[in-house]
Amino acid sequence: MNLTLHVWRQASPTDKGRFIAYEARDVSPDMSFLEMMDVLNEGLIEKGEEPIAIDHDCREGICGTCGVVINGSPHGPWPGTATCQLHMREYSDGDEIWIEPWRAKAFPVIRDLVVDRTPLDRIVEAGGFISVRTGSAPDANAIAVSKEAADSAMDAAACIGCGACVAVCPNASAMLFTSAKVAHLNVLPQGQPERFTRVLRMIEQMDDEGFGNCTNHGACQEVCPKEISIDVIALLNRDYIKSVRTGTA
Amino acid sequence: MELQSKVPGGPIQEKWDKHRFEMKLVNPANKRKYDVIVVGTGLAGGAAAASMGELGYQVECFTYHDSARRAHSIAAQGGINAAKNYQNDGDSIWRLFYDTVKGGDFRAREANVYRLAQISLEIIDQCVAQGVPFAREYGGLLANRSFGGAQVSRTFYARGQTGQQLLLGVYQSLARQVAQGSVNLHTQHEMLDLIVVDGVARGIVTRNLVTGEIESHLADAVVLGTGGYSNAFYLSTNAMKCNTTAIWRAYKRGAGFANPCFTQIHPTCIPQHGEYQSKLTLMSESLRNDGRIWVPKEAGDTRPPGDIPDSDRDYYLERMYPAFGNLVPRDLASRRAKDMCDEGRGVGHGGRGVYLDFADAIQRLGRDTVEERYGNLFDMYQRITDENPYEVPMRIYPAPHYTMGGLWVDYNLMSNLPGLHVIGEANFSDHGANRLGASALMQGLADGYFIVPYTIGDYLAGTSFEPLTTDHPEVRRVENEVRSRIDRLLNLDGTRTTESVHRELGRILWNGCGMARNATGLKEALSRIPELREEFWSNGKVVGSGDTYNQNLENAGRIADFLELGELMCVDALEREESCGGHFREEHQTPEGEALRDDENFTHVSVWEYEGVGREPREYREPLEFEHVPPSQRSYA
Repeated sequence: MNLTLHVWRQASPTDKGRFIAYEARDVSPDMSFLEMMDVLNEGLIEKGEEPIAIDHDCREGICGTCGVVINGSPHGPWPGTATCQLHMREYSDGDEIWIEPWRAKAFPVIRDLVVDRTPLDRIVEAGGFISVRTGSAPDANAIAVSKEAADSAMDAAACIGCGACVAVCPNASAMLFTSAKVAHLNVLPQGQPERFTRVLRMIEQMDDEGFGNCTNHGACQEVCPKEISIDVIALLNRDYIKSVRTGTA
Repeated sequence: MELQSKVPGGPIQEKWDKHRFEMKLVNPANKRKYDVIVVGTGLAGGAAAASMGELGYQVECFTYHDSARRAHSIAAQGGINAAKNYQNDGDSIWRLFYDTVKGGDFRAREANVYRLAQISLEIIDQCVAQGVPFAREYGGLLANRSFGGAQVSRTFYARGQTGQQLLLGVYQSLARQVAQGSVNLHTQHEMLDLIVVDGVARGIVTRNLVTGEIESHLADAVVLGTGGYSNAFYLSTNAMKCNTTAIWRAYKRGAGFANPCFTQIHPTCIPQHGEYQSKLTLMSESLRNDGRIWVPKEAGDTRPPGDIPDSDRDYYLERMYPAFGNLVPRDLASRRAKDMCDEGRGVGHGGRGVYLDFADAIQRLGRDTVEERYGNLFDMYQRITDENPYEVPMRIYPAPHYTMGGLWVDYNLMSNLPGLHVIGEANFSDHGANRLGASALMQGLADGYFIVPYTIGDYLAGTSFEPLTTDHPEVRRVENEVRSRIDRLLNLDGTRTTESVHRELGRILWNGCGMARNATGLKEALSRIPELREEFWSNGKVVGSGDTYNQNLENAGRIADFLELGELMCVDALEREESCGGHFREEHQTPEGEALRDDENFTHVSVWEYEGVGREPREYREPLEFEHVPPSQRSYA
């Protein structure tokens, strides 16, 4: 099939940026979206043009490196699927596809489709961990964890840190990302000692980074490649209110 | 090159304890005066950086990713081994040690493997304390499964995302140290060279991938946890950015490269489906616990799998290895799949695939149980192939996956270059000629959390350091070499993309130095690789400039290094006139087609010293001794 791609090109963070149209020819339905981009980019290099900057790595939907907005939807149309796992059988001959970077105040564009997501790392640095020194752990089976708690922690911990939740949110909030980390650690017995300081510090950092607040649109859970539910946001809010009221932290 | 393994004396069970007591300690107040560079933020590098930061060293940590949570450790699916014996099925440190030495086909250092088995216990404790959500039983205790040929259930797992969860544990520990200021994290920085002053590793040269800036960083010790080099084959299960550059640069500065031909081909990957294919996707080996592998009995049987009755199917692993069946080690499972396809009995695109069938498991356990165990893998398979594995058997084929070879290290995980420590997949490691399933995560974390933080103290306390600044002539020289190499790459203005050169290198290596090797094929590869390298440097094409985010330039540099490494892999494979583990020389096999070792002549580690591009490297040997696990013909019948 042949497709028309409208790709966001932006040479640097300060460049204004614009859509440029490219023809993608002889695209096979078996290709992944990124393989289609590979072929396009190799063609550009052959012509001596600079390829489109697009970040990606594992191509198995787990590293969280990739992610672009495809026809208005972060990671494209398939539910529970990162950009790298989207395949071209989704499209038909003659389709036009608009490809843009994540857009959020906290995620400045580095180049073309690549943005700076280090603010998410700083949210984790603020408290998204359990303070345990290497070598100081008790026997692994000394702490029993109910299967329900372990399963719900795992559901939240599945977050790949891609930032799609921020990109889709009208407030560019990082609430789903932050809540997923809080929900992972705060339901586990090991996470209890720092439970309330964790939530306060992470929220404070989220605000400082310029992410917006959550106003319950729920778009984040629709585009999350790991289908993390906004239930985690309720859990964060519960712990946040408790910690503010009791003056923890 | 001097190869002193530095294995401590005494009974094997006491070596590590004794060594920990004998190692020198750095006074707590002095630790912050030592700078340590860690390159890589996977399980090994991230764990080392976090643990050394906690101890009080000033750690400078580098990754080419945009975040310390992206390294390819994250993609490991199946699990992590530990000799906890929580299942009461007869596991022990000794058994894990024995299995690992045997599984590695008697080409690993016994003392290192024993230490790994010992430390496996602490790793699980550490990860649970960090909040890693391992699978649990209803009583709240940890669940285990049997994995990749082990006859005990010693594998801990977090659904099919164990690597992700372990790496997040590491990343969170690292984040805590970054917040405390003990670790200075440099994301988007790629190591492009090693600085060696007076024979001692003292720093690295990096390129800032966003600004293009070239910087020298100096320290008292350097730790490389930069992963494996399976991407030399172009198509592998590794992430797209995985490369050999860090260890290759160290090799070119004098570090010995051990057993480069020991590469692992993983049996259960989704087969290739087109020329444009950029990578292969692994399906966890845990699938072999419940899936049955088969091909049609007759070559050329093109019926859809559902129309082929049981009587016309060959469940060849169950037939050939009745005791282990579908759970034979990876190298055997891979080679037998290749045999079936070579006989014309392969299925799918190009006849390069075999079936992995869950029909019996679904009947026995119910669809819900199968979905609970493998749901995310089945979903991933369906997204890629557009086939539903609950209804149609999966098609799988072997793919390059892991490299047992790497930089040579002694018992302290230090290379022959003083100060240069190498951990995780980047070193030649504890897996010998073949790694068992669920052991890579174990080794990465053992090296990072529990070995190098101790041994580096011994090195630092026992070494006196001359003050060094970035205007030292040797530092300037290395930095200038990095700059001129980048200029040379940017000046490539031929007609051929570097990607296409990489694809060709991959085909050469896969055909000549892949699942099965022979002298003729290796010699052919050895004549073609230098030609291809010449083609790269004379007719390659790189666009853009050096002072911007330039992925074309990044890739070109990595490919240039693969073009040199590929040659070394073939040289090593040709020199090793035996078959062992993942290294299968067709000239050396038993009448049944199994790997035939030559213990008399090859019970050693081959360590190569760089002599210049295109020049035959020099081989050194570290003899291996087996006191506790006497070498035997591996038998899985």
